[in-house]
Amino acid sequence: MFKYLFAKNEDIPPGSAAIFFGFSSILWFIVGTGLGSFNAAKLAFPDFVTGIEVLSFGHMRQVHVLAVIMGWISMAFAMAMMYITPALGNTKLWSEKLGVWNCLLWNLGLCIGLILLWFGVTSGREYSDMIWPIDLVIVFGIFLPLGINVWMTIKTRRTQGIYTTNWFFGAATFMVIIVFTVGNSPEFFQLTGLTEAYLTWWFAHNVLGLWITPVAAAISYYIVPKVTGNPLYSHRIGHLHFWSVVVFYSTPAAHHLMSAPLPEWLKSFASVEGVLILVPAIAFVSNLLLTMSGKWKMFVENVEIKFTITGVLLAIPLNMQGGFQQTRAINWYIHGTGWIVAHAHLALLGFSTFLEAAAVYYGLQTLLRRKLYSLALANFHFWMLLVGFSTYWISMTIAGLIQGAGKIYEVPYIDVVIAEHPYMIARWVGGTMVFLGNCVWLFNMWKTMRQGTLIPAGRLPHELAYER
Amino acid sequence: MAFREYTIGSRMFGLAFGTSMFITLYMPAMDIRNVSVTDVGLHRQLSFGRISGFSYEDPFLQGKAKPTMVVINKDPVNGGAIESTTAYVYPAGTPFPNGIRHPVILGEKPQQMSESTGKIGLADDTKGAVFIVRSDDRGNETVPYIENATATRGWNPMATINAASEENTLYVGKGKIMFVREGCWWCHTLLPEQTQDWQYFGAPPMLGDFNGESPTAFGSDRKAPDLTHVGSRNSSREWMMMHFFNPRLVQPYSIMPRYDYLWGEKDAAGNTIDYDTWREEYNQYVANERIYPPEVPVPAKDSEARALIDFIVNLK
Repeated sequence: MFKYLFAKNEDIPPGSAAIFFGFSSILWFIVGTGLGSFNAAKLAFPDFVTGIEVLSFGHMRQVHVLAVIMGWISMAFAMAMMYITPALGNTKLWSEKLGVWNCLLWNLGLCIGLILLWFGVTSGREYSDMIWPIDLVIVFGIFLPLGINVWMTIKTRRTQGIYTTNWFFGAATFMVIIVFTVGNSPEFFQLTGLTEAYLTWWFAHNVLGLWITPVAAAISYYIVPKVTGNPLYSHRIGHLHFWSVVVFYSTPAAHHLMSAPLPEWLKSFASVEGVLILVPAIAFVSNLLLTMSGKWKMFVENVEIKFTITGVLLAIPLNMQGGFQQTRAINWYIHGTGWIVAHAHLALLGFSTFLEAAAVYYGLQTLLRRKLYSLALANFHFWMLLVGFSTYWISMTIAGLIQGAGKIYEVPYIDVVIAEHPYMIARWVGGTMVFLGNCVWLFNMWKTMRQGTLIPAGRLPHELAYER
Repeated sequence: MAFREYTIGSRMFGLAFGTSMFITLYMPAMDIRNVSVTDVGLHRQLSFGRISGFSYEDPFLQGKAKPTMVVINKDPVNGGAIESTTAYVYPAGTPFPNGIRHPVILGEKPQQMSESTGKIGLADDTKGAVFIVRSDDRGNETVPYIENATATRGWNPMATINAASEENTLYVGKGKIMFVREGCWWCHTLLPEQTQDWQYFGAPPMLGDFNGESPTAFGSDRKAPDLTHVGSRNSSREWMMMHFFNPRLVQPYSIMPRYDYLWGEKDAAGNTIDYDTWREEYNQYVANERIYPPEVPVPAKDSEARALIDFIVNLK
């Protein structure tokens, strides 16, 4: 990697930046889920590793969250953008050198930011925990270079139209820069009180709604038609999805603060807009599932499609929960409970992770020109993710419902803690399965790079049979 | 970008995204900035200081350059008896809270009173100042405001601290830093939930309770009781002390981590705390080999544990 930092742009092999991003993202996924498993162990067994400040739960929770969001999910997005955007524009990445620098700054900035967080250097705001100097690194070293590369690649494309995936990539990189800068503005301008609390959740909502969800969806718009060979079912439903994300998903931020003394009109407006999230969700899921028509056996046989469609299917419970749990009728019961934790993991570990994993599986094979080393290991990874995630999701949903009942019936809190204990153990088991699955994945991808069957020019990875 | 559709599309995108930003950022901001601060809000921001997260003065969140809260019964200048008053002491170099730096955030009437009667404009952070919260009863409404006691009564910071007894000196500002740094708010919320929850954990906050506070540390993922009014439910410092050192001492089923490391090296009497022996004896107690658990050391005056306890019992 380092030898490319000062090489001429033409001398850097196409796809280098995407490959670096791909392996970085897998490494961060292992780090992030390892930390998650460690934290979950602490919730189940509170005296597990005790008395060391930096290893206490309060110092590690935010490191897990940001390692997964900024390391795994966002880096996998960068990887996807750096090979899908040029592929769909029938061109090369605008600047491979910028991509390599972007990858270096991203890893460095994230390492420094997370180590600071680990030692307690925080802004004290959930999801925007990073201190403002690190925020500047994230804007100017991470998102802006990525955006420039994506926009310029789209601009210098050699096709007439722009495919759905690239609308999402171009718009989401733009929106995440705005969202990140505005969302962290309380620290730059010392906004305080309710304004700050609201902006904290405005950021937390929009980084999911305008960055993670649309980019993950955009990946499936590429993978499914590419691997199955079917054209996208409907370009127009794609339009509906895109525009309803921009209009509906960007507005309900206040539904995260329904119990805070915010203006009532704002909470009501957010709640109504929140239900409208079902519009992009239904458009997205139906479009992709209809694209699969006639090729459903690939859901079983093809590992990339298996990951992608699992992610798409998980968007159904995700959005049914997301659309309705923020209405006042339901929110008062489940707000602040483990239900929300389960929902957050359904979004990030369920829906989006499966799509990102598909992008990384498919992208690394395409770019390295090597067939996946082992189908058995990939299937093992898939089932470890799915079973581990399901264990986590189901146990935390039950724990959340117990907490909700305890809340409304005014049960002494310690009784709720006792009742939740078995589910805390189940959550730890589930999270650990995900972590172990990811270690196997890294091994599989490393072996693919070293020993995978070479893919002849002109062929695509999924066209080749496995040799093991 | 040769297509006419893309030019139109980009403009439509700008319009859609811009409208959404207008509704979700500009409109609420205009609404929230007109809120007048309550006296709770004034007490909060004066006790916490300018910022309770990362700042220039305290980059590693050790509780540096934070105000001290004292309750005094005698006048710091002449020693005469006065009615019990809560004063917030900002020694020289301690940054003032946002209500002093930008009084506009207090809302119209509190701003006016704080500037005209409270003389907050005369406060100088290079010299330090003492602030108290006062209220102006106007018959149909009460307007809370900040008084700069250094300007109006001649109370200087050192004299005010010396006028307070040890148990009436609370390191609340440093304590909130500990609350944020140690991630207490990952499990304990500072915002009651809707409906029934308010009956158990106390009244919901008012709109003006947070002006000038940063961060509010509301929390979202509640794995433990809400702490908004914890000081009213349980004001025992001894209980808090045992609970922070090892929560299982007072609540066997608690899943809270131990915060014994906040005690530092020495206890209040100046003796070195022997953590290894303590844990060994505690394990014997758990294994039923001892009748009583080992004694929890009293935290030193300048320890982080002491500040955190001050912050918690002051959440009334």
